[in-house]
Amino acid sequence: MDDLDRRLINRLQLGLPLVRHPWRELAAELETSSTELLGRLHTLLNDGMLTRFGPMFDIERLGGAFTLAALAVPEERFEEVAEQLHGLPEVAHNYRREHAWNMWFVLACATEQDLTETLHHIETLTGLPLLNLPKEETYHVGLYFPA
Amino acid sequence: MSVCISRPEDTLVQRLIVLTQAGLPLLDDPWAWLAEQLGLNIEATLDLLKRLQAEGAIRRIAAVPNHYRLGYRHNGMTVWDVRDTDMPRLGALIGAQPFVSHCYRRPRRTDWRYNLFAMVHGRSSDEINNYREHLRYLLGDACGTDEMLVSSRILKKTGFRLKPASSTHPL
Repeated sequence: MDDLDRRLINRLQLGLPLVRHPWRELAAELETSSTELLGRLHTLLNDGMLTRFGPMFDIERLGGAFTLAALAVPEERFEEVAEQLHGLPEVAHNYRREHAWNMWFVLACATEQDLTETLHHIETLTGLPLLNLPKEETYHVGLYFPA
Repeated sequence: MSVCISRPEDTLVQRLIVLTQAGLPLLDDPWAWLAEQLGLNIEATLDLLKRLQAEGAIRRIAAVPNHYRLGYRHNGMTVWDVRDTDMPRLGALIGAQPFVSHCYRRPRRTDWRYNLFAMVHGRSSDEINNYREHLRYLLGDACGTDEMLVSSRILKKTGFRLKPASSTHPL
């Protein structure tokens, strides 16, 4: 990665301008050509330095039901429960965190009813009580990682 | 997963999502490609994107870095027990810190006292500890106790995906 790669990564995290020729505008801003930018973007995506480039939809605004939930999984059952959750399409992310509540996951369902059923299903499947923490207010969402 | 969509313009929005959720093609004229796919002219396509972005349905058209590859290997979910009456002001303040990527109010439970969640990312464990200290300072005596739940393993990360039109769910 050189300086232009870093500047491109940082600039593209802020968003492509919604103008008729966005790459030309960005090329002018970064003092290069649009061909060069697209080539570098292609490489950064292929190398896995960037995981995605495209519209970031606020999928929650478009419908569906979501929550953050946690389980306190006994250490000897941790892998088994992780596998059980892995197999559920409603589980979008799942992280181990160092706490008594050691498994934290996001559920994404089509409707509130599906979500309620999925929560019950997980409790039944794992035999563990679940902590259900749906968001009540959003103060900020915006990842930015300076390269 | 599939998501139920019910706003009037949504067939178009749904097609846009299915077309671009894996990414926008790296073309010199991406709007021309999108316009052709959607059966709109370029101007209408750009107007649609601008409107969705203004409404917040699209946050932005942007690159998502692999933050591990950029060196951000440490992340902590900081959780805070904040006095309810101070939440609107303090939630906004904490969310505005540049090192906080996500900030939400969530309900308290019998065995969970924390109502404010702020996610922090850093290149070292010291860095995220310092961020936590700074948040503690900003919250002051409006916050009783807090914890930071450090992530030690990703068990699943598929993100949200809308199924194409063949989905059995109504869209």
